[in-house]
Amino acid sequence: MTTQATLSGRDRSRQAFLSRSTLVTSLVLIVGMLLVLVLNALPASNALHVSGATVALLGKYFTYMLLALAVDLIWGYLGILSLGHGAFFALGGYAMGLYLNAQTSALPGWQAMMTYFPVAALMVLLAPGLLALAFGWLAFRSRVTGVYFSIITQALTFALMLAFNRNEMGLGGSTGLTRFYELMGFSLSSEGMTVALFVASGVAVLLAFWLCRAITVSRLGRVSLATRDAEARMRFIGYRVDHVKLALFVVSAMIAGVAGALYVPQVGIINPSTFAPLFSIEVVVWVALGGRATLYGALLGALVVNYLKTVLTGAMPDAWLFILGALFVLVTMVLPQGIAGVIAKWRGRRRAAVRPGQREASA
Amino acid sequence: MSGLESARFGRLRELARPDRVFDFMAPAQSPVDVRHGPILYLEDVSVSFDGFQAINGLNLTIDDGELRCIIGPNGAGKTTMMDIITGKTRPDTGQVWFGSRHNLLALDEPQIANLGIGRKFQKPTVFEALDVTENLELAMAGERRVWKTLLARLDHEGQARIDEVLETIGLNDERYRLAGVLSHGQKQWLEIGMLLMQRPRLLLVDEPVAGMTEPEMHRTAELLTRLAGQQSVVVVEHDMGFVRSIARQVTVLHQGSVLAEGSMDAVSSDPRVIEVYLGGDEESA
Repeated sequence: MTTQATLSGRDRSRQAFLSRSTLVTSLVLIVGMLLVLVLNALPASNALHVSGATVALLGKYFTYMLLALAVDLIWGYLGILSLGHGAFFALGGYAMGLYLNAQTSALPGWQAMMTYFPVAALMVLLAPGLLALAFGWLAFRSRVTGVYFSIITQALTFALMLAFNRNEMGLGGSTGLTRFYELMGFSLSSEGMTVALFVASGVAVLLAFWLCRAITVSRLGRVSLATRDAEARMRFIGYRVDHVKLALFVVSAMIAGVAGALYVPQVGIINPSTFAPLFSIEVVVWVALGGRATLYGALLGALVVNYLKTVLTGAMPDAWLFILGALFVLVTMVLPQGIAGVIAKWRGRRRAAVRPGQREASA
Repeated sequence: MSGLESARFGRLRELARPDRVFDFMAPAQSPVDVRHGPILYLEDVSVSFDGFQAINGLNLTIDDGELRCIIGPNGAGKTTMMDIITGKTRPDTGQVWFGSRHNLLALDEPQIANLGIGRKFQKPTVFEALDVTENLELAMAGERRVWKTLLARLDHEGQARIDEVLETIGLNDERYRLAGVLSHGQKQWLEIGMLLMQRPRLLLVDEPVAGMTEPEMHRTAELLTRLAGQQSVVVVEHDMGFVRSIARQVTVLHQGSVLAEGSMDAVSSDPRVIEVYLGGDEESA
């Protein structure tokens, strides 16, 4: 291969799992998590002390980051814009909610099986996974794409919201599931539990990030990018586009379910409002703002928007939705690649300055 | 509905075929049977869209290894014909056979593609977010199932095949460039290269030189003539100069059916052809 030596090589991040962006993102997550733990362990009198409430808040952000990751996997890499991912998040949440309720009171009927943790954990994956399988199979087989798909995902989550609002469902009606006291024999209100859930959520983000990265750097990742950009072409070279979409949609729904399951014990309630179409749209805004098809962009977007939300809903509660809308419009117009796009551009410029000859190859 | 129905029965019939019971005995490479005739056979195919008769009693046979050019004015049904062969459109009536064994009307796009029919679109469609090598890798004949693609690695054989095709289409120096930044002509060649990776028996090429410069056109003509013989090639083209430079056998379509067939010289002196198509603008080519 004489020519190969003279050619500039492929951008390593495209096919290698251990690319710079994987390493940096993992490192930031791990160091950030350890830092919070250390600062939390400091005595309360110390100026750098991080309170239990803050740890709980960060734990909640982690579950949002997980949800954003799930959306980015199918939106960024496959072009499927789901405006109903809140439904999968909520289903995971309800499964966990039932398990938590079962800790202190006997559940009626089929819900009794949720007393056992392995069953509950399985349901966290199965409930969203099976819904995604059935829904996706119908939609992708009929070649429902683009905005039509987005609209029916909205309808899906809205229909589930109506269903879960009904008392006959036996899932608490509009109040939802609450009164959680214990998880695996430990009190939910203890500081130790807050820290444990924070760590569990952080680890889940890390694992899901690695899973998504492994998928996107594999040939399947390239198949999905190709499907996103030229679906008909993929069919004519012999790929079953619907199977690819279905597989990733189910994986994405399961990640969202896990996110919901970790969210519920940290906030202490799950009710039908999580199925609200607006919540699912918010998730999409996080990903758009962070930057699509980079994975770390989704994590960043979820963190930034939710931090802003926490701060701004406290400072000016009425203005938050306007600010969110303005942010979305602004990002779409000025930064179509989101925050990740800005980072990539900045890195590209720096690299170009170091090695001018490389610029064209990475363009 | 009838298309779907026949697809179901086709699949059932496929299961019941005595010669396919011992699957492992079937030849691995290209199951197309051309011992008893042409590689592609269309008989009395008709299709209409909202009352417009796009294809009207079309009969067409393509022999194994043949290079066939199909010409015809706009709306003659050239692209619709390709849609029917590749499974995108189901005809109202008629038969379409690939070799003497495969009824294409019972199969869908991926199945037809995996049988060995490759198609190049009118507008070059390559995967712009991937580089040239990756484009070829995805098109490579082989495993298409989701789980297998997750674990797939490019082996030496595959790499060698990619190198070979890169050489054929002349994109060796562009192998790590994103397909999105290639020139129009390079995209067309890449798309032809992707078809080659599929190891097709039959290539359907829709307007390969549209928008190409003169030298690019020459290279494309050379590429297509080199391919014929190894596989059958059907080229739909508007550019008469280009057709004249590659064609041995030309079919003229008009209003959804065959108007004339023969060598370029015979066809272009046919008065009916001159009337509907070549007429005034022959010189412009």
